[in-house]
Amino acid sequence: MSGSSRAFAPFTAGLAQLGACGIFLVQTLRAVPRSLRYLRETVRQVFFVGAMSLVIIMTCGLFVGMVLGLQLYHTLSIFGGTAALGTVVALSLYRELGPVVTALLFAGRAGTSITAEIGLMRATDQLDAMEMMAVDPMAYVVAPRFLAGIIAMPLLACTFNALGILGAHLVGVSWLGLDNGTFWSNMTANVDIWDDVINGVWKSTAFGAVCTLIATFQGYTTPPTSEGVAYATTRTVVFSSIATLAIDFIMTAFLM
Amino acid sequence: MNANQDDALIRIRGLRTVLNGKTIFSGVDLDIPSGKITAIMGPSGTGKTTLMRHITGQLAPDAGEVIVAGRNVWTLSRAGLFELREKIGYLFQNSALLTDYSVFENVAFPLRQHLRLPEEILRDIVLTKLQAVGLRGAAELMPSELSGGMVRRIALARAIVRDPMLIIYDEPFVGLDPIALNQILKLIRTLNQTLGITSILVAHELAAVRQVADSIYLIAAGKIAAHGAPDELARGETPWTKQFFAGEADGPVPFHYPAPDYATQLGLAGGKP
Repeated sequence: MSGSSRAFAPFTAGLAQLGACGIFLVQTLRAVPRSLRYLRETVRQVFFVGAMSLVIIMTCGLFVGMVLGLQLYHTLSIFGGTAALGTVVALSLYRELGPVVTALLFAGRAGTSITAEIGLMRATDQLDAMEMMAVDPMAYVVAPRFLAGIIAMPLLACTFNALGILGAHLVGVSWLGLDNGTFWSNMTANVDIWDDVINGVWKSTAFGAVCTLIATFQGYTTPPTSEGVAYATTRTVVFSSIATLAIDFIMTAFLM
Repeated sequence: MNANQDDALIRIRGLRTVLNGKTIFSGVDLDIPSGKITAIMGPSGTGKTTLMRHITGQLAPDAGEVIVAGRNVWTLSRAGLFELREKIGYLFQNSALLTDYSVFENVAFPLRQHLRLPEEILRDIVLTKLQAVGLRGAAELMPSELSGGMVRRIALARAIVRDPMLIIYDEPFVGLDPIALNQILKLIRTLNQTLGITSILVAHELAAVRQVADSIYLIAAGKIAAHGAPDELARGETPWTKQFFAGEADGPVPFHYPAPDYATQLGLAGGKP
């Protein structure tokens, strides 16, 4: 290998991975109609990636909201604008923090478990066994998880937002003495359902698709070794986090 | 070829395979007769499992034809391949049970996926197959609660649950105690004799293979090194059969992987430079 091609090797390997992931996405989308006959499996996966992530999402949402309430209250009080606390917290959560932090937590909690599960299925020949029983693993294993991620992520983000606002209310109203009516009325007056809430839902739906795509792709293509599965789970978190932040920037630019 | 070609369920011609730069098959011709038990034997790493993957359409050869039940596996669409696989039972080397499902659900899996059977009938079929492998009592256990031999027997029950036309047993005797081994041998023979199921047996245990196989193919160095009835091959006088069936270290199959001179590597005097 020449020096220049060695220097470009990581770049070309990354491009090859990206291309393979694109092909995998097409295969997954083609498998989605066939996976509808495994509706029970999709529901099971919604429970695993969604309901089982609720504790971490709710806990983190509450604390993020409390920190936001505390920081913003002190900053806004400099300008005499503490009345806007509810509005600023809600906009921060709906537009950015809710979808993004939920996606990052989802990648760490559900994404890694999807990758490890599919990776171990690969390592123990379970995917090959399904092929041999004339069951398409793309339709039975990958597509239900992909759909589950798309369904669960917006619901988790909404839960995160709700707990975040509750956390900010606890700090701002119950602890620091902001008027309860001011907190809620300013928020409801300035938060738009379409521009703020629904845009956040679109974002989290996109993050759900990307995070589960990365998780299933990494698991499905992992080398069938313990080291391979370990690297694949790490890559899931790293790539999902980068992809989430990059897509967030692009979507924000278009949805502003 | 000893098998009558007209009776062959599987016909392989001019098979050539290269994996990771290593030639696995260099022109293999082979017939698996219908309704018989054919054993595929050979030294480790000689490509026996690879051959099975060619037959089931899991791995494409570089050249050659693989005809199963009159259809060239590598010209079939995915739907056609799945249709063919529904008629094939495959016992994997490491069993490949679905670890999230109970023993019962593992055996029921192919039935649930392809047939709309009433639950009572499905239950009866699954229990019949579990009874055949002696593990009806383990129906509610999870795969993680089973011993290696039990896992293999459950995988066998799953492989036969749809009464396939062809069963491929990839190393079915590994990890079995003598009692289980005997029962599995009996089961292989019974399935073959009563239902006329064609069987391919990939194994190393000559004593076990001799009890059930109608013929043996010995694969070595990418070719068919010998073919014939078990007793005939066990008495064989070719270097391949003599070494393989007598288990000798010296012969055409090297025991040692290619390596530099031993004495030189150890730094001893007298080693080749």
